[in-house]
Amino acid sequence: MIQTIAFYLFAFMVVAAGILTVTARNPVHSVLWLILAFFNAAGLMVLVGAEFIAMLLVIVYVGAVAVLFLFVVMMLDIDFTELRSGVARHAPFGVLLVLVLLAEIIFATAAWNAGGIDMARSAAPVPAEVPNIEALGTVIYTRYLYIFEAAGLVLLVAMIGAIVLTHRARGGTRPQNVSQQVKRRPEDAVRNINQPVGQGVEL
Amino acid sequence: MTAWFQGVLGYGLGWFVATLILILMIALPLMLAVAMIIYADRKIWAAMALRRGPNVVGPFGLLQSFADGLKVFLQETIVPTAANRGLFLLAPVITFTIALIGWAVIPFGPDMVLADINVGLLYILAASSLGVYGVILAGWASNSKYPFYSAIRAAAQMVSYEVSIGFVLISVVLWAGTFNLSDIIEAQRAHVFGFINGFGFNPLLFPMAVVFLISALAETARAPFDLTEAESEIVAGYQTEYSSMAFALFWLGEYGNVLLMCALNAVLFWGGWLPPIDWAPLYAIPGIFWMFAKILFFFFVFSWVKATVPRYRYDQLMRLGWKIFLPLSLLWVFIVSGWLMLTRYSGVLS
Repeated sequence: MIQTIAFYLFAFMVVAAGILTVTARNPVHSVLWLILAFFNAAGLMVLVGAEFIAMLLVIVYVGAVAVLFLFVVMMLDIDFTELRSGVARHAPFGVLLVLVLLAEIIFATAAWNAGGIDMARSAAPVPAEVPNIEALGTVIYTRYLYIFEAAGLVLLVAMIGAIVLTHRARGGTRPQNVSQQVKRRPEDAVRNINQPVGQGVEL
Repeated sequence: MTAWFQGVLGYGLGWFVATLILILMIALPLMLAVAMIIYADRKIWAAMALRRGPNVVGPFGLLQSFADGLKVFLQETIVPTAANRGLFLLAPVITFTIALIGWAVIPFGPDMVLADINVGLLYILAASSLGVYGVILAGWASNSKYPFYSAIRAAAQMVSYEVSIGFVLISVVLWAGTFNLSDIIEAQRAHVFGFINGFGFNPLLFPMAVVFLISALAETARAPFDLTEAESEIVAGYQTEYSSMAFALFWLGEYGNVLLMCALNAVLFWGGWLPPIDWAPLYAIPGIFWMFAKILFFFFVFSWVKATVPRYRYDQLMRLGWKIFLPLSLLWVFIVSGWLMLTRYSGVLS
């Protein structure tokens, strides 16, 4: 009973928040609706027993990615009317994309239900009492280790690429060198001299 | 209690009512604790500055927080005309709610936990990573210069320190072998020399305990990392445009978060509800006492730091997070996992 109510609540919120993400006039509101959609999607994943994926969705997407999204969108100076003008032009492409995705989801679920995919059996289903994290870990770090490592490398390349493309060495700045400051002793900077009267100070 | 309610009201409804009551049993004492801890914070701070602190309302000024609460409750909530009204009012509510939800998985004693879930630690990490939204929304919705600066600072600061907190949590999880907070506490029983409880007493994990304590200060934007409300630069930061209860909700949420981080410190590194030494007579004292004693001790440390350490500059804050804590905690994940591989899993040194 509670599960059913929770499912329809989360599912309704995901769809509603998704629609509002697209239709909201203010881009910051759009991002906020997107965050609500992520959040409710995490709720749906908890309901199907994938609590690890749900937590990762909240930590990674809501807690980090969406924060940076919001960060960027907040600082943009966007002309809303200009943003709206392209809708008619881009609509056919959007509809096409939606159709392709919908067809893929239908085919995938149909094939799964028909038993056409053998992966479920070959991947040795784990007993229900094993926690999510252990079940995923034993598969990712043994069977799919190379794919996992490759995914890590792709992310690393993306990260380095972003740094290389955007980094510029600025000349003329004098940044703080903390280790140099810490290493500096009184002897290097202070001299104790007994200055005779009437003579100039050596600089 | 859940079983009793389920017997009376049926399975689903009984669970619902019992959980609701348990939530209130955590949230209401927490609010009282926050009120008293604000008083304690001001008293400790005052004592370290050789002042008296609040001493007028009630005996020793104990009722000061309640007087303050009554005052803000009676004030008018002013919404600036240029503000985004809905988000402006939503932001303090988000901060306050997020500060409360993390407590759902904190074990106060053996079997004294609202939600004993497998991914407890990840849940806490998720809850603490959501805390930044209240600040960002407040800063943006205020439509004002200094709150916006504060929001930008908060976003970068909290995301940065979450990275090293994540690595610290991983080294703890590697050692405990679980994400469940109750099991993490159990794993610390007689951990060092067979009689000291707590990962923090383990020389391999002690540096991570220090990193976690400092990162917790940054994550909750406490001094010396309170750049989001640095009064000498950006007035009161994201709180500048707020008044009355909206302001008080920020205040309550902030201290709720601080207490949550203190509790997490106690749970992850110092044995939670276990006594410090695995000695039978100490177990006669209920676990909840040890838990509260540890939380209060870490709160004292937080206040102590606030009273004694000057505020960091923003570039120093970023340097500490990205150039020192991140490599250090990453290196420590390697060291801890290597050590465990040698001793626990391959049996070379065991």
